[in-house]
Amino acid sequence: MGRFLETLPFASKHVELRGVHIPHEKLTAEQATTVMPLPSQIVLPMKQHVGAACEPVVKRREQVEVGQLVGHSDAHLTADIFSPVSGTVRDIRPLRYSDGRSDTAVVIEPDGEQRVCESVQPPTVETFQDLVEALKHSGIVGLGGAGFPAWAKMDTDLSSIDTWLVNGAECEPYLSTDYREMIEHPDTILEGIRACLDLSGVPRSLICIEDNKPKAIELLRELTADDERIDVFELPARYPQGASRVILRNVTGRSVPRGGHLTDVGALLYNVTTMSEIGRYLRTGMPLTKRRLTVMGDAITRPQNLEVFIGTPISEILEYCGCVPGPRKVVIGGPMMGTTQATLDAPIERAHSGLLAFGVNGPVVPRRSACIKCSRCIDNCPMRLSPIDIHKAYLSRDLKRLDELMADLCVECGTCSYVCPSEQPLVQSTMLARTMLRAEQRRAKGRG
Amino acid sequence: MSDMHPGSYATPVEDPLVLRPAPQISCPDTTRTIMRDVLIALAPAAIAATAFFGYRALLLIVTSIALSVACEYLWCRLRGLPNTTGDLSAAVTGLLLAFNVPSTLPIGMLAIGVFVAIIMTKELFGGLGKNFANPAIVGRIFLAVSFPAAMSSYVQPNRILPLPTAYDLLSSATPLSPTAPPTTLAELFFGQHAGVLGETSALALLLGGIYLLARGVIGWQIPASYLGTVALLSLVVGKSPIEQILSGGLMLGAFFMATDYVTSPATKRGKLVFGVGCGLIMCLIRFFGNMNEGVAFSILFMNLLVPYIDRLTANVPVGGEQARSRRRAKGGEAHE
Repeated sequence: MGRFLETLPFASKHVELRGVHIPHEKLTAEQATTVMPLPSQIVLPMKQHVGAACEPVVKRREQVEVGQLVGHSDAHLTADIFSPVSGTVRDIRPLRYSDGRSDTAVVIEPDGEQRVCESVQPPTVETFQDLVEALKHSGIVGLGGAGFPAWAKMDTDLSSIDTWLVNGAECEPYLSTDYREMIEHPDTILEGIRACLDLSGVPRSLICIEDNKPKAIELLRELTADDERIDVFELPARYPQGASRVILRNVTGRSVPRGGHLTDVGALLYNVTTMSEIGRYLRTGMPLTKRRLTVMGDAITRPQNLEVFIGTPISEILEYCGCVPGPRKVVIGGPMMGTTQATLDAPIERAHSGLLAFGVNGPVVPRRSACIKCSRCIDNCPMRLSPIDIHKAYLSRDLKRLDELMADLCVECGTCSYVCPSEQPLVQSTMLARTMLRAEQRRAKGRG
Repeated sequence: MSDMHPGSYATPVEDPLVLRPAPQISCPDTTRTIMRDVLIALAPAAIAATAFFGYRALLLIVTSIALSVACEYLWCRLRGLPNTTGDLSAAVTGLLLAFNVPSTLPIGMLAIGVFVAIIMTKELFGGLGKNFANPAIVGRIFLAVSFPAAMSSYVQPNRILPLPTAYDLLSSATPLSPTAPPTTLAELFFGQHAGVLGETSALALLLGGIYLLARGVIGWQIPASYLGTVALLSLVVGKSPIEQILSGGLMLGAFFMATDYVTSPATKRGKLVFGVGCGLIMCLIRFFGNMNEGVAFSILFMNLLVPYIDRLTANVPVGGEQARSRRRAKGGEAHE
């Protein structure tokens, strides 16, 4: 009866975009974070963020220390990369990803001493510009998966910003890393938020959490009770509440116009773990070198929330978590938006929040059949797009129709493909259509 | 994506990891489970039909399903296409077509109806998902136009379950006809009145409709707007809305035929428009026309309008509100 009731107009509760119910399977939610010991090597890709790739600033056989700068770029939009360990640079080699991209990686062999680099000092931050400058040297990027440099997101005209949203929705099934951050480190989260509000002059902040995390909601409500500027906003536990544009609409009722950003409509959005890292960095000056990720899947015998050094190869993490030999599918990220891996050599990057491994019984590859026009993709699209129409227009390369359907507004959440009973490749088509449309828009702009 | 060509690897990999675009998980619903739910939802009405009209009803139901599946199977075989009978949509069409004929219909005529529904309406247009009209509706209308006498020789239903007797097979008009004997509302609701197989028992159809709603297979929009429009217009012309809703094929049409995914609009707003249109056309035919096929024709006509309804009721993407009104203003259609 549930699904029927949800379609009734009066059942929409307090939010506008409800999304779809997906079994959460957050089996590790109540497990405290465990810390993985030093791996045998650290592989640091030079591009773990949106923006320009870094250049290695260390040489082969050079000794490095914890928090030492390893990769840097003079480009405007980038995020420095720091060594998470003390040890020796063994190699600087090319790296290939399973999606075809290639990159350069600095390979470090840890010596186990974990000497901290003397450049690691708490930053002096008195003005907002100090904060932006400090974060440029923190290596902090959007940790929810976006990987957008944290300083760059706030380096804008803040006079029209009235809400600093903090994303603790964690709507991806399986994953529980943001939840653990809220339970284990609410103090650094709030330190980060308060520093940002104090220095930027943004009047209020809302921590947005899905209502399937009552403990986190209660804890943060308690801790922010005496702070008028910070509040907790409850979202329904329906995918994809964590998508930035969905949160924005549900919390403020605003929508980002085509081609625009959240800042155009007076809001900033930071992931809750990113905010916590900002707080931690301001306190200690230690750049981002570790992160928590949820390791799960039916091939994993010891699923857990694991703190790892950035650059730890996934093969070592799988081994540590008791992965059965020869998993059939390995996914970095969550089950809805994660990417499958071609090899187990790939390292964990800053924006990775999950590692899933499935055995023989895990991923059933569904069979595609004819579209029956059930319109579930249309009913469930959080952006109110028409995925099946976009799919058809993409197949016929109809740019005019794609523009009409506004395929470029897709947030890649994958809900359309998830709900499709005939397994049409809806989100893939939409993503390809978006790329095609954006290229065309750029071309048109160049001509005009 | 999963069936990777071995040649796509530079070096052959033994038992490579599966590469697949996101999402990595998928909702358990498939076309087959949806069609299975429709069959389950139609089961109470099938049982009621057998109880009221005897073994001949069951014979027609089973034959119609078997012929429909056989037609689709043969079509796929002859055209060298993958066999699609496993999606159960042909079975649903067969069952719905059987529900649209009287229990006295000769098997040969039923077979013609099945051929029209499956081959002419569905397969010739490209199979499931491509047909512009509901196959069972077209099958019914084809039979009604070709064999008007056989299609309207309704029988009085049994009061109990046994084999039909001479009394039961007496021809009788549908309760909507002016010459029909008066029928009480309770008789209409439980199904003790003459009619085609599937439309007699409103109770059985309602049970199935509620099942489909609860399972999320259909939305409330089409049944509610269809039945609501009929109720309203009945009041306007001074007829009993409850009698109008319970009689004829309206319940069957509103819950099971107008809601056919392929031939109904995509958005919720579109579905409301569609239901209102069905209600309007059906009332016009029932109140001012002289045919028994009001429901079937109303759905068929609205099927033809679906592409236009879809265009006019498309959702506005979040963030696309301004772009859309700008374009409209430019096209001179509307101003913000």
